[in-house]
Amino acid sequence: MRKTNVLALAALGTVLTMGLAACGGTAGGGGNTSSGNNNSSTGGGDASAAKHNDAYTKVVNPSDAKGGTLKFALTDEPDSMDPGNTYYAWNWNFSRLYSRPLMTYTPKPGPEGLKLVPDLAEAPGEVSADGKTWTYKLKKGIKYDDGTEVKATDVKYAIARSNFTDELTDGPKYFAQYLDAGDYKGPYKDKNLDDFKGIETPDDYTVVFKLKAPFSEFDFLVANPQSAPVPQAKDTGVDYEKAVASTGPYKFESYEVGKQLNLVRNPNWDQATDTTRKQLPDRIEVQFKQNAEDIDNRLIAGQIHVDLGGTGLQPAGRAKVVSNPQLKDSTDNPFTPFNRYAMMSTKVAPFDNIDCRKAVQYAIDKTATQAPWGGPLGGDIGTTAMTPTTVGYKPFDLYPNGADHKGDLAKAKEALTACGHPDGFSTNVAVRGDRTKEVQVAEALQASLARVGIKLTIKKYPSGDWSAQYAGKPDFVHKNNLGIMIAGWGSDWPSGFGFLSQIVDGRAIKPSGNYNMMELNDPSINELLDKGIQTADAAQRNEIWAQVDQKVMESAAFTSFVYEKTLIFRPASLTDAYVHSAWGMYDYTWLGVKQ
Amino acid sequence: MTTQPPESFLELRDLRIHFPTEDGLVKSVDGLSYKLERGKTLGIVGESGSGKSVTSLGILGLHKGGNAKISGEIWLDGEELVSASADHVRTLRGKKMAMIFQDPLSSMHPFYSVGAQIVEAYRIHNRVSKAVARKHAIDMLGRVGIPQPDRRVDDYPHQFSGGMRQRAMIAMALSCDPELLIADEPTTALDVTVQAQILDLMTDLQREFNSALIIITHDLGVVAELSDDILVMYGGKCVEYGTAEDIFYRPEHPYTWGLLGSMPRLDREPTERLLPIKGTPPSLINVPSGCAFNPRCAFAGRTDGKATSQVPDLLETEGGHLVRCHMPRAERRSIWDNEIKPMLEST
Amino acid sequence: MVAFIVRRVIAAVLMLAVVSMATFAIFFLIPRALGQTPEGMASRYVGRDATPEAIQGAVKRLHLDDPLLVQYGRFAKGIVAGQDYSLGPKKAECPAPCFGFSFNNNQPVWPTLLDRLPATLSLAVGAAVLWLVAGVSIGVISALKRGTLLDRAAMTVALAGVSLPIYFTGLVSLAVFAYTLGIFPGGGSYTPITVNPIMWFQALVLPWISLAFLYAALYARLTRAGMLETMGEDYIRTARAKGLKERTVVTRHALRATLTPILTIFGLDLGLLLGGAVLTESTFSIQGIGKLVIDAIRGNDLPVVLGVTLFAAFFIVLANLIVDILYAVVDPRVRLS
Ligand SMILES: Nc1ncnc2c1ncn2[C@@H]1O[C@H](COP(=O)(O)OP(=O)(O)OP(=O)(O)O)[C@@H](O)[C@H]1O
Ligand code: SF4
Ligand SMILES: [Mg+2]
Repeated sequence: MRKTNVLALAALGTVLTMGLAACGGTAGGGGNTSSGNNNSSTGGGDASAAKHNDAYTKVVNPSDAKGGTLKFALTDEPDSMDPGNTYYAWNWNFSRLYSRPLMTYTPKPGPEGLKLVPDLAEAPGEVSADGKTWTYKLKKGIKYDDGTEVKATDVKYAIARSNFTDELTDGPKYFAQYLDAGDYKGPYKDKNLDDFKGIETPDDYTVVFKLKAPFSEFDFLVANPQSAPVPQAKDTGVDYEKAVASTGPYKFESYEVGKQLNLVRNPNWDQATDTTRKQLPDRIEVQFKQNAEDIDNRLIAGQIHVDLGGTGLQPAGRAKVVSNPQLKDSTDNPFTPFNRYAMMSTKVAPFDNIDCRKAVQYAIDKTATQAPWGGPLGGDIGTTAMTPTTVGYKPFDLYPNGADHKGDLAKAKEALTACGHPDGFSTNVAVRGDRTKEVQVAEALQASLARVGIKLTIKKYPSGDWSAQYAGKPDFVHKNNLGIMIAGWGSDWPSGFGFLSQIVDGRAIKPSGNYNMMELNDPSINELLDKGIQTADAAQRNEIWAQVDQKVMESAAFTSFVYEKTLIFRPASLTDAYVHSAWGMYDYTWLGVKQ
Repeated sequence: MTTQPPESFLELRDLRIHFPTEDGLVKSVDGLSYKLERGKTLGIVGESGSGKSVTSLGILGLHKGGNAKISGEIWLDGEELVSASADHVRTLRGKKMAMIFQDPLSSMHPFYSVGAQIVEAYRIHNRVSKAVARKHAIDMLGRVGIPQPDRRVDDYPHQFSGGMRQRAMIAMALSCDPELLIADEPTTALDVTVQAQILDLMTDLQREFNSALIIITHDLGVVAELSDDILVMYGGKCVEYGTAEDIFYRPEHPYTWGLLGSMPRLDREPTERLLPIKGTPPSLINVPSGCAFNPRCAFAGRTDGKATSQVPDLLETEGGHLVRCHMPRAERRSIWDNEIKPMLEST
Repeated sequence: MVAFIVRRVIAAVLMLAVVSMATFAIFFLIPRALGQTPEGMASRYVGRDATPEAIQGAVKRLHLDDPLLVQYGRFAKGIVAGQDYSLGPKKAECPAPCFGFSFNNNQPVWPTLLDRLPATLSLAVGAAVLWLVAGVSIGVISALKRGTLLDRAAMTVALAGVSLPIYFTGLVSLAVFAYTLGIFPGGGSYTPITVNPIMWFQALVLPWISLAFLYAALYARLTRAGMLETMGEDYIRTARAKGLKERTVVTRHALRATLTPILTIFGLDLGLLLGGAVLTESTFSIQGIGKLVIDAIRGNDLPVVLGVTLFAAFFIVLANLIVDILYAVVDPRVRLS
């Protein structure tokens, strides 16, 4: 963790310059911005020179030019703009424009971006010997947009409200799960924050987290926007999203829920305290609930700068861009955090026999199952449970099925013979009927397995109750002989644990809402997960995640179709754009616009 | 036009109005000629579909349903109308010539009050204020015998009774003192007493304005006492023309005899007909060859086969009395005197 | 007249009650009958992979575990008397008429509706004026020039207008006039008239045209057919017999009779549109009632759906009433009794 020390020093320097900055207005900010630019390779130059996927490896249109209005559009509306009450990936990226969690991700393209750096905190968490206490020291002098200083209790309060109330239901509840908070009722029912024992604030700049059990990836948890401070006096519950107290480079000018959000520069943000963000545009405007096709057209016409959702172009826009080399050079094709896969139920015959599962592994034509996602632009053919943008990912392929992944039918037949069904067998494949791509994948799977005599019947279920009533309910799976289930998973933080714990841990099998649909309950996997999360050393830990992945694939119950990718468009007017691996989107805190 | 303007106030010369339709050419009016003087009344009788209305509409220039073909001449007060510009004919309509339509309910605009419709008619040809026109409308309504005209003037057509509506229609047609008035079945669908009142009214008004009047009907009884001359139409052609006396006392055409025989009389049931005309009116597309009446004529056999092969000409029998029949005149007279007349008088 | 209106208003209120019950049943009764649990419903309104506690919290907060009648009663009472809602640290007051709070974004429904109304109103009324003028004039001209090339061309375009979906015409018009020629602003540029009337107008031109195109086509066909029928009426012949100029015959006599039934349809169409021009609003990203309700339906946001349904039903009832009154004014044969 050499990096950490350097950054800690930088943070110290920041504290020293605070006094000067306070008198010099925004001067402190200007000086540091240029240094922020140095950590990116500046190969390109002007927009015309940028090529397809350039922003994936470097900063496109690097620029420190300030001014202009950065325009975002989104087809959806947010669950909430409240950093404590949102589960949308784009919002965990975007909300950093106005809120600073304790930790955040390194502002660099490529795998470097997956490393954490302190944000509100001076340094990564100090973990106690028993692994159950994590202590963060806050940078001093960080202010809200109204000029008041951020206090440690604000961080404590933020986590109390986002994790322990009935009203804020939209975000994840990891802190409620891991913190040792007894039966704390949350700040809305219990007005005395001292009753929240899961977090202690011995002084205004120290936040101490008390965990039920060791959790070595706690830094990832506090990189969630939920750790961004909220002053109790300003909290209006679900309405807080309308006037979030900003600690980032921008603050709310106005927010019409479900329609439009306007951000303006936050004069009380100090670049000196912030090593990851920039403050280039004068204004940031976000339009919600915009027509998806129209967003693509507006992007291509340069009328807006970013599709906020980061989910990429629609089929029409994609076709238009792909057929035009010039337009294609304005796109990037990053991985999303999602793996799109099939799980074979180890509890449904004949998949209770590993050789039958292997037969499927070999028989799949993965080029055919890749096609519905949009071919190579929609994702790389997968061979592991973890995705390439997960910390700890190691590429390997236990079931090589031909050079072009079209299937190794001889091997498949061999496996079938081994499992006692040399002529194949019949089973069901469950799919979310309202998800066209997944249905198409099921059909491709059906066709490719038919080649070795495995007959699939496609069963469609509504996605709304998919996990509560159907594929996520083992009883239902057994009764209906659902041998194969088509699903996907994207983790909340880019580590092996974040990715794997919900879907491969045998103890995570639930009677309903179950994501370990293959019902894999391998004690060695369970033990490795426990061991990993208690391992303080990151390198060792990541090695363990790779081992878990290996074991999962050895079970042959999991087969990946694609590591999902999106095709995102970057208009020529967008400056300082690079794809951040943690989100699979542009780093929204860096972007600027040409005027 | 090479022809000279006639002396008469109204004269039709060989008027033809044909409608090309999908089924063929409809010859609604096919070579019609007659004359009419001011102060005189012409009755046009004939079955339904014989071309009575189309003729009259043709005079007013209102026959233009689709792409009607019109030929011949219509002379009104020295002006030829067939060749005149449509806009000129329009200026004559309502003022010089007016028409009382068949069905007053459908012929009046349902959304405008009766008064408003009369006012409109009046103001087209008279540059007067609305108030003046309204006074005139009330005046007209009073003259056609509508009680409390100052109150009824604002009523809508559907608020009037059938007879009242017909009176209102007359008031509207007369509002500009037309010199030629055409009344198209003004009394159909009215009860007998009202019929008489309306007819009286029209002749009174005619006398007052000295206009020429055409009364169209399929009922000879209606025209019996009003008309100076009577024109009997059959299949778009005139089959008999003469003075009222000629038609009632010396009719020579078998079709006219039929009409006379089917005249309702006060002493008979209206449905009881002495001399019923068998069959249906002829098709105007495929007119029967020879005499158009031959399929229905009881005397077709008495014309040496000419009835089915040769169209009879409209020939003068005596003193302006015209008949279109192949039967020799003597024979026609004798049939009337010896067969038809006694039968009609027998009861 | 007064008695008529009073009776109609009472009928309207009853109808709105029935509509609300039906909507309520579609969203609550049917899922329950199909085996949906309160927890299953609540899981739609909380974040991804919510804990059982979070789901229970949502069930309690949204009262999803109450008997259906109680839930409906609460909803109905809210409309009449208003209700309170917990935002967290404090309660939010929702004065009558309170259609409740969105399950998805916790905003009170009624103010949201009022907020979205001007956009829909601007779109619908502007388009209505356009399509009425264009549709009727094309229909009239077509009828008067029946059978000519002009008539045939107009009717072909009208056929296209009726059959082309609005998202197609909308997206094409945007692609051509906004993104290629740059004459009009692109999608999502609607600005309230109170903020900037010029922008308001510019941003609405394409939506107006796209929406009006569809209706104008329909109205042109209707008008043409009506006009042809009217022009054959006896009273038109009477009007001509008076010596009226043909233009006056058409405008004063024929048009009035032709337009009366079209007025009825127009009133209903406009009323329907005020309840949301779903496709146009979606295509052009106009944040109106239609966009609101389509998103609410997708998101299972019952209070919003109920609110919009009632709102839309209200407009339709109102439009009906106005049409009936107008009809009586226009056509003296119709008596309000
Ligand atoms: N616009 C038109 N197109 C085609 N045919 C027409 C048109 N107008 C009239 N006709 C036809 O011309 C014929 C004569 O019609 P007209 O109205 O003159 O009869 P009529 O003698 O007045 O009958 P009625 O006593 O029933 O009023 C009818 O067969 C009618 O169908
Ligand atoms: S010509 Fe012959 S058929 Fe015709 S009316 Fe005379 S007698 Fe009858
Ligand atoms: Mg007639």
